[in-house]
Amino acid sequence: MSILNTVNKSPFERNALESCLKFANRGDPVLLFEDGVYAVLKGTSAEGQVKAALDTQSIYVLGPDLAGRGFSEDRVIEGVKVVDYAGFVDLSAENDKVQAWL
Amino acid sequence: MSEVVKKFLYLNRKAPYGTIYAWESLEVVLIGAAFDQEVRVMFVDDGVYQLTTGQDTKGMGVKNFSPTYRTLGDYEVKSIYVDKDSLEARGLTQDDLVAIAWEDWETEEEIENIVEVVDAARISELMEESDVIFSF
Repeated sequence: MSILNTVNKSPFERNALESCLKFANRGDPVLLFEDGVYAVLKGTSAEGQVKAALDTQSIYVLGPDLAGRGFSEDRVIEGVKVVDYAGFVDLSAENDKVQAWL
Repeated sequence: MSEVVKKFLYLNRKAPYGTIYAWESLEVVLIGAAFDQEVRVMFVDDGVYQLTTGQDTKGMGVKNFSPTYRTLGDYEVKSIYVDKDSLEARGLTQDDLVAIAWEDWETEEEIENIVEVVDAARISELMEESDVIFSF
């Protein structure tokens, strides 16, 4: 059984990402979208959290939400994979369940 | 024109698009500008994300309202403040933010960029000296 974890809240305003990384099974993927995308940018106070998680799980970010907020892919932490809407659908289909950390 | 001029401060603490706060704030700033008051706009916490350059929302299917910030100087907004600590915590610098020009139509006085990065003490001071604070 695998679960796709999604986070759509800013890590600087809510603890959704923190809880997600605390409770998600190691090895299960995490997809960041909407205001959640701010977590994968280089040089932020959340960078350590994301880098540590990358050791045990795949982290994805929704490209259109990144571009909408003014950030190009070269601002994203190394190892985080940028996906489009089709990639979001694929991830949802590949995993048994989707857990939204609202 | 009203004789009493009050200092209005708009305090923005939310990122754009994820919630409606940023857009609503911008609307209220533009409405307020019509009343000839002294208007200041401040960006703190995730609010600093409202000013990032290069926002391209085509893939999101929502209106990109970021170009409007560049016009604030034309709406009698003479002061825009950004919290230094908020930028640093987010790996941002002033280079990531839009420049907002200001010009006095009567005196032709011009300021190239009214966006000012300030520290927490200055923000406290600005809040203290404001007559009205609108919080978003």
